Amino acid sequence: MRMMAEETHGQGANGDIHTGHPTPLIYFKVAMSLCAITAAEVAIFYVEALGHGIIPILIVLSAAKFILVAMFYMHLRYDSRLFSGFFVAGLVLAILVFIALLALFRVFF
Amino acid sequence: MAHAPAIAHGAEHEDTTTGLNHRKLLMWAFLGSDCMFFGTLLGTYLVYQGKSKVGPFPEDVFSIPVTSTSTFVLLMSSMSMVLAYAALTRGSMKGFRIWLFSTAILGMTFLAFQVFEFREFANHEVHFECSTPLSELTEYEKTFVSQCTDASVVVEEQHGLTPRTNLFGTTFLTLTGFHGAHVTLGVVWLLSLFFYSFKGGVRPETNLDVDLAALYWHFVDVVWIVIFTVVYLFGVFPGI
Repeated sequence: MRMMAEETHGQGANGDIHTGHPTPLIYFKVAMSLCAITAAEVAIFYVEALGHGIIPILIVLSAAKFILVAMFYMHLRYDSRLFSGFFVAGLVLAILVFIALLALFRVFF
Repeated sequence: MAHAPAIAHGAEHEDTTTGLNHRKLLMWAFLGSDCMFFGTLLGTYLVYQGKSKVGPFPEDVFSIPVTSTSTFVLLMSSMSMVLAYAALTRGSMKGFRIWLFSTAILGMTFLAFQVFEFREFANHEVHFECSTPLSELTEYEKTFVSQCTDASVVVEEQHGLTPRTNLFGTTFLTLTGFHGAHVTLGVVWLLSLFFYSFKGGVRPETNLDVDLAALYWHFVDVVWIVIFTVVYLFGVFPGI
């Protein structure tokens, strides 16, 4: 699926060229992708034979939805990287604390 | 009707050290910190998962079809939110109000699903016929099998799930309750913007106000994406 963004050029703080908003069609395609991934997650849920193999599959699918929303709906793809830095820093710290908590209580370890 | 020229996004240069708007930077910092908040709640839920002494347990109360529907509703609200912002930057106030109101309605629909779900959990009833094979009962239902004096008996007892029932109730309802509170605040924010737009307070030139609300709303959606997978799907998957 080709994602094309409207090009509205402007100078950013570092002299970078910023792209503008995606078109409403792109937003709609992202929404359909999110729905399709959710449907796939629910369908996979009913495949009992997967066993523990379902964990990485669902994690990857959820991560894909997370990234789609963050990049296109929250405009991280088109905005300054400093915004991404602030968000990702908090996210990485949250994941590390999460893993540390699970390790401390020997959950999944 | 002629629309105002599209307002460039990301092309503004603020008179700050970073060249970026401070309010927007603060919103991203807040969202990063909110990741920490939900990360700890989710971690606490997983630490205590499977450690409840009494039921009901996730497989007794969760309904994946219902939760999938509410997840779909929230995903669509994200789409309508971004379309509202796009309409505003294009100068279409009518389009902006329609999509913004749609987002608020979808958000309230999601909250209605949550209220319905929590009520169902609180009024959960253990109900099965004693003729039912043991393999078809959940672990919690099996604890009531001793009441089956013969196959014709029907076990029917109310055992609701509240924050005080067990560890599962405490951690699950705290996590989803805080998420619901975030959604509620988001709905209030969106409706405020909607009504404020009729007083001329929201204009294409001041689209940052809507951008900030949109970021918050998308974050709430992203958190639910994680909760739906980790809590609901992993929680009741029979193969694990």
